[in-house]
Amino acid sequence: MFEYAPAPESRDIVDIKPSYGLFIDGEFVDGTGAPFKTINPATEETLAEVATASGEDVDRAVQAARKAFGVWSAMPGSERAKYLFRIARIIQERSRELAVLETLDNGKPIREARDVDLPLVAAHFFYYAGWADKLDYAGYGPGPKPLGVAGQVIPWNFPLLMLAWKIAPALACGNTVVLKPAETTPLTALLFAEICRQAELPPGVVNIVTGAGETGAAVVNHPDVNKVAFTGSTEVGRLIARNVAGSGKKVTLELGGKAANIVFDDAAIDQAVEGIVNGIFFNQGHVCCAGSRLLVQESIAEELLESLKRRLSLLRLGDPMDKNTDIGAINSSTQLARVRELSDIGEAEGAERWSPACALPERGFWFPPTIFTGVAQSHRIARDEVFGPVLAMLTFRTPAEAVEKANNTPYGLSAGVWTEKGSRILWMADRLRAGVVWANTFNKFDPTSPFGGYKESGYGREGGRHGLEAYLDV
Amino acid sequence: MTSSLADVASSNATLRAFLHGLPGVDRVGADQRAAMLGTRSIKTTAKAAAIDLAIRMVDLTTLEGADTPGKVRAMCAKAVHPDPGDPSVPKVAAVCVYPDLVAQAVESLGGSGVKVASVATAFPSGRSSLDVKVADTALAVAAGADEIDMVIDRGAFLAGDYLKVFEEIAAIKAACGQAHLKVILETGELATYDNVRRASWLAMMAGGDFIKTSTGKVQPAATPSVTLIMLEAVRDFLATTGRKVGVKPAGGIRTTKDAIKMLVLVNETAGEDWLHPDWFRLGASTLLNDLLMQRQKMATGRYAGSDYFTLD
Repeated sequence: MFEYAPAPESRDIVDIKPSYGLFIDGEFVDGTGAPFKTINPATEETLAEVATASGEDVDRAVQAARKAFGVWSAMPGSERAKYLFRIARIIQERSRELAVLETLDNGKPIREARDVDLPLVAAHFFYYAGWADKLDYAGYGPGPKPLGVAGQVIPWNFPLLMLAWKIAPALACGNTVVLKPAETTPLTALLFAEICRQAELPPGVVNIVTGAGETGAAVVNHPDVNKVAFTGSTEVGRLIARNVAGSGKKVTLELGGKAANIVFDDAAIDQAVEGIVNGIFFNQGHVCCAGSRLLVQESIAEELLESLKRRLSLLRLGDPMDKNTDIGAINSSTQLARVRELSDIGEAEGAERWSPACALPERGFWFPPTIFTGVAQSHRIARDEVFGPVLAMLTFRTPAEAVEKANNTPYGLSAGVWTEKGSRILWMADRLRAGVVWANTFNKFDPTSPFGGYKESGYGREGGRHGLEAYLDV
Repeated sequence: MTSSLADVASSNATLRAFLHGLPGVDRVGADQRAAMLGTRSIKTTAKAAAIDLAIRMVDLTTLEGADTPGKVRAMCAKAVHPDPGDPSVPKVAAVCVYPDLVAQAVESLGGSGVKVASVATAFPSGRSSLDVKVADTALAVAAGADEIDMVIDRGAFLAGDYLKVFEEIAAIKAACGQAHLKVILETGELATYDNVRRASWLAMMAGGDFIKTSTGKVQPAATPSVTLIMLEAVRDFLATTGRKVGVKPAGGIRTTKDAIKMLVLVNETAGEDWLHPDWFRLGASTLLNDLLMQRQKMATGRYAGSDYFTLD
């Protein structure tokens, strides 16, 4: 038996302070709301106490951003680029520290924080740094103007990566930002604030306000905010859209998903199995574009299921700080309750539930990788976003039926197609109503590629040249 | 072999239909999986166990035109006592030599338990007649080889003459008698991963006891990706036929890190049933000393210079 000995990443590299304030106008200041605690979801240990930004604090942050907008927007693009390149390089230099902190606060495996999140974060800043002095050539006519102050609210599943997606294009275009990280994962955003200081970014260009939903509402509803960018649940997205309607604020929303991962009988099976696993069990399934619905051609369904079960038995669930862990902790008790609830409903509705034998740690929030078979489109686990390591497997007979089922959802963020036949990939991609269609891969991200949804998955695009539009007055 | 597979080799057409009907291999996905498994962190007790297992899996190899009885004698001594100063170091699995040096190896190894493997069949190119290849094999077997490492006819394979490759492997298997047959695919010349999978199945169906990546004379040789694909093939072949076949990556495995990555690939692909010298071998020449160096480092906490490890 080849047992891998524990291989824990050291947490000594990161210095977590007992308490954190807000980052406003280049300074760390106290919040006037009641502070809250942020915990490590893998152990339930309290990591730090974090300030809550009240309406007044948010107002101060917006004022600071407004003041800084004058300086920042007037600066030549080539000068703004220098700051962004500097931030990108500091992120690379401090990537281990950031990865460890992300894992501690979020519960994701250190392997993913180190090999996926952090390289993408740095890449995003490098990419948009390159655009800062080339906006004339972005396809929006000469001298496109920034919008002003951007109010940005981000989720807990990729705390630092979502920060990068929001802040990098905003700054490149000449906007200033007030960003609110998720309540359960504020720490890497606060470390990023420190990086802004290290990069000598002018005060007020980036402001970080922490807190719960009320703080977020104060950010998006503030009258002096010109642009609202939100990533999170469709429910909250809908609320934001309603609140900002008629205010003249430009809005982009990146919301939920229930992506179909479609496997044809001529697919490269071993790689398809990897892609299915990566599609739904990456980041514990806390991925808005997760391939949570597996659509398999009926003729290979049994064989594929067998391979999938064998592969799931190899997943290593446990301490997220162990370098060999594949599945980390669920981010919060609230989320765990939701994953449990929807899974129980799946069972009650008649789908068959399967998980590999896997011991869950006693402390912390854990859910085993789970497959539901015998799922129909009418089951809630095929319709509702679980946002956890739960896969619903359905079958189809023809390409047309696969398209029909894949599109038969209120969401439309992503889809995957697995086939060795190139022409079928193109045929499918033309018909799938999803912002991203991956062919023979899944959950692949790149700063040059636009990302965003159809229907209830939101509007606007982030990433690539398209991502500039959200931050320009065009 | 199940009856359905027995008919597969009845003609080149059926063989071709079967091999081309195997699921394809997506290069990007396969490389990604192999690279991810390469990030596994094997430390402390797991590393110590892996190093000893890797030593027990080594086929210590010399395949040079300049090989002499003296060189083979020295290598055999090293195979039995890899570290003269530390009797706790296990023996390697086998030595691997050219056919004309098998007798020397058999004599030098005596009753040590280390097996003698011989390359055969006009190694490394395989460009000769079947008669010559059979005679080459018979020579090695008669001299006492326990294992034969044959090369497939890559030319025939790439020309689509799968039946010729099949029949040649079957003929060599018959010539092996009691000796185990390892079939070298020379994956560096097959070029595509689809071909690697097809050649793996072809070799297994024709009776190979082991499938081996490379001769060591062609680059790329034993990459993690081709090893992964061959491990998937033996796993699937067992599920289909009930017969278990071993895997031997050879060529380019030089460091302990490389070797441990191979063991991780085995563990998370074919499974731990293959983590035994009967089912997995590492064809290498310089690897052994790095394994010994890392082994000593784990025991003493410090590295010794290369002069503290024998060069045989």
